[in-house]
Amino acid sequence: MLLLTISRIIGHNPMPPAPTAKSARPLSPHLQIYRPQLTSVMSILHRLTGIALALGLPVFVVWLMGLAAGPQTYGMLIDLFKTPVGQILLCGWSWAFFYHFCTGIRHLLWDSGFFLGIKGVYATGWIAFGVSTLVTAAVWAHLLEWI
Amino acid sequence: MKDKTKSLRTPLAKVRGLGSAKEGAEHWWMQRLTALALIPLSIYVIYSFFAEVVYGGYDGATVWLRNPFAALAAILFVGAGFHHAISGLQVVIEDYVHGECLKLASVIGVKFIGWSLALLATIAVLKILFFANMPMPHA
Repeated sequence: MLLLTISRIIGHNPMPPAPTAKSARPLSPHLQIYRPQLTSVMSILHRLTGIALALGLPVFVVWLMGLAAGPQTYGMLIDLFKTPVGQILLCGWSWAFFYHFCTGIRHLLWDSGFFLGIKGVYATGWIAFGVSTLVTAAVWAHLLEWI
Repeated sequence: MKDKTKSLRTPLAKVRGLGSAKEGAEHWWMQRLTALALIPLSIYVIYSFFAEVVYGGYDGATVWLRNPFAALAAILFVGAGFHHAISGLQVVIEDYVHGECLKLASVIGVKFIGWSLALLATIAVLKILFFANMPMPHA
């Protein structure tokens, strides 16, 4: 009894619930079991785009620092952004931004008590997907035309 | 009607509704508040990026940020953006990093690096605001 208490306190479980063939206890279904749904996919993408944008924020800082350093440094930096890798990254970040922006507003609406029904969740989901993709396409059509 | 269930919690504690941890809603609330602030701020920064930077290049970008209100918006964008990113990354770390030691180290690392970068960006904006396109004193 004392041993069990100590092992509980230090976080060691003396009987690990490892699901073997002998003791096949039911496990709660996880990501790879469920069929992907709009709701789950969008939730995961909201998190992934958030992480991507957090990793992109230092690039914005570098852009500001390049601008502060002067025209030569700034020119070199812009050349770097214009390489194929730079363009692909910027394109990805722009979609991530517009997606996270739209689904973020969706989250704020949920927090305020709107669109919490199945219909509202799906409608706002498709709208967020559509708007973010269309705006990204429009932005890049505009940018590529200018370049 | 008098509540007959016995509880050791004082009425004041019930009203405050903070539980035994005394805090917790602050992180959640700040994430929403920065999200709300970032809606107009990011629209403004992206609009300015197109209107001033893409067409104007280096000169357009510096002319834009030499306007005090533009510099203010850029600094607010950086502050709200980094606060939002740091609190978001903290939640992700707390969800997926299981070792207590590594978890704490990662959260501390994200906060230190994040706020250093935010200050660096602020210094850059201030440098552009005050010194861009000025002749170097000893050039």
